[in-house]
Amino acid sequence: MPEDPTATDATPTGPGERAGGRDAPDPRGAALLDALVARLGDGIIESAFACGTPVVRVRREAWRRAAEVAKHDLACDYLSFISGIDWQPAPRPAGDDSGDTSAPVQPTEMTFGAAGGAGRFQVFAHVSSTARHHGLTLKVDVDEDEMRVPSWVPVYAGADWHERECWEMFGVVFDGHPSLRRLYLPAEFEGHPLRKDFPLLAREVKPWPGLVDVEGMPGEATEATEATEATEVSPG
Amino acid sequence: MTTTTPHFELDPRALRHLADAQVNVELDTGDMVLNLGPQHPATHGTLRLVVRLDGERVVAADPVIGYMHRGYEKLTEFRTYPQVTTLINRIDWLSSFANEVPFIWAAELLMEIEAPPRAQWIRTLLTELSRIATIYLFLGEMGLQVGALTPAFWAFRDRELVLNLIEAATGGRFHPNFNRIGGLKDDLPWGWIAECRRAMRRILDGCDDFEDVLVGNEIFEARTRGVGIIPAELGAAYGVSGANLRASGVDWDLRRDGRPYLAYPELDFKVWTHPDGDSFARYWVRLQETRESARMVLQLLDGLPSGPIMAKVPRIIKVPEGECWVETENPLGQMGYYVISKGATGPFRVKIRSASFSNVSILPWLLRGVYVPDVITILASLYFILGDIDR
Repeated sequence: MPEDPTATDATPTGPGERAGGRDAPDPRGAALLDALVARLGDGIIESAFACGTPVVRVRREAWRRAAEVAKHDLACDYLSFISGIDWQPAPRPAGDDSGDTSAPVQPTEMTFGAAGGAGRFQVFAHVSSTARHHGLTLKVDVDEDEMRVPSWVPVYAGADWHERECWEMFGVVFDGHPSLRRLYLPAEFEGHPLRKDFPLLAREVKPWPGLVDVEGMPGEATEATEATEATEVSPG
Repeated sequence: MTTTTPHFELDPRALRHLADAQVNVELDTGDMVLNLGPQHPATHGTLRLVVRLDGERVVAADPVIGYMHRGYEKLTEFRTYPQVTTLINRIDWLSSFANEVPFIWAAELLMEIEAPPRAQWIRTLLTELSRIATIYLFLGEMGLQVGALTPAFWAFRDRELVLNLIEAATGGRFHPNFNRIGGLKDDLPWGWIAECRRAMRRILDGCDDFEDVLVGNEIFEARTRGVGIIPAELGAAYGVSGANLRASGVDWDLRRDGRPYLAYPELDFKVWTHPDGDSFARYWVRLQETRESARMVLQLLDGLPSGPIMAKVPRIIKVPEGECWVETENPLGQMGYYVISKGATGPFRVKIRSASFSNVSILPWLLRGVYVPDVITILASLYFILGDIDR
């Protein structure tokens, strides 16, 4: 049977729950965070550390301002990326045993990562400083009914392609983007592929043949099954 | 062999304005749209460039990408952590080993395990070897773009030595899939270290040859100096990284300046920069970096620690809930993964930040106002891999 990770996980290991562990505040990051709080004030909803990197969730109204502060006041002149997250788990229409059983089983409730969240979609970005060598992850919640976020193109020129990608992959509209058009996908493509409810059709039509590869030799079938967490390997 | 930094006097911004002014002021002769690609040989793959021309000058350039989009960010959500390395091998296919390292590192950070020192050193060795294999090809190919055939043959000849080393250690020339969470699949084979030393001496000699043939060459300089200048601030705002940004005078290398990873903190190496930001500077910086990499490989061979190559790792890998951003200095620039885990055997979401995507996103700005033949040298000097743009 596919295991439910939430059930087997005895010790909670959520972000920020281990003092001095993986997600402990890093002194340089903390100073960066203080500087950001001093300038954005109410614009910040929540902040946390994820593996040493400060993660800050800001209000939608403060999204553009956050970029300006990061670039001009915190010397974060370098844009790594802008992208989106769909926190809703992918639907499994008829229970865990249906469809593609070889894909890893994810929790079925919607939970949020570092710095929390509200609603299904988030846009997140990472900026860093080429001179001072620090970095910062910024997140903003996207209202599912509206799907609009201010564009960063006026601040970081490189936001152009990242936002075009995020728009076609998640359906988030960036207000103020000069030309929001498709980047990767053909013009007639329908849907937003990186949303969790967009099925990976290849897997739906034909289950992943990976299990066949590790099917053991006659007599060894039990061990191979255990090693790959296969649900049931038919003896062939 | 010259080691002094050549200097170019023009302010890049002044030159840019000059180009703009000339495009706009000249008599309107009617624009012509030229399609470069998707099969143009100078684009190294399936990049299509729609260029609007006024005479010989580019008025606007619009790169059309996505002919090779494979949807890796979606596919990672359907695979377990160890399976993901197979996918990310194919992002930048010239330096596959270097692609695996940051992802494995992210998983290790989330699981709070650390690979033993010997594994870290061998990872560093193979990363630097893939850097040499990737950039060495560029050093030859750049000559090809300005009409010099010989360097390309030299590059392919000597790169073979490095690929043979990678193949001997990992079993794969292009897609090693050699990293494991917590270490490596195997140790180095017998005789590999002596062979590696010999190859590095050949690479260092080869770099001298490239320098003799191209860097001082009048035609090469005429085609690359003052062409395709990227100002430092704009380059950073576009996310241009690696040698492309260092050639604009930005002294930033994640091997030295980022979060410490692999064996880099223990190595002695120099980060090369060039103030000009033109195609020539990008060539020059990469040439120096290849030499530096070869020297780093020799250092690594001297100091290779003994010990195990795998940490103690559970048989079924489940990564605890959390998220992690890692970035490393890859041959083409900054490679990053934002890995979000929900405690399952596979990632919940992986954002792949590939270097070429951002490096190429500056093209619409960079190509405005240049002549058609310069488009080719600028494309070549940015050095991108299509798989790294399209993912």
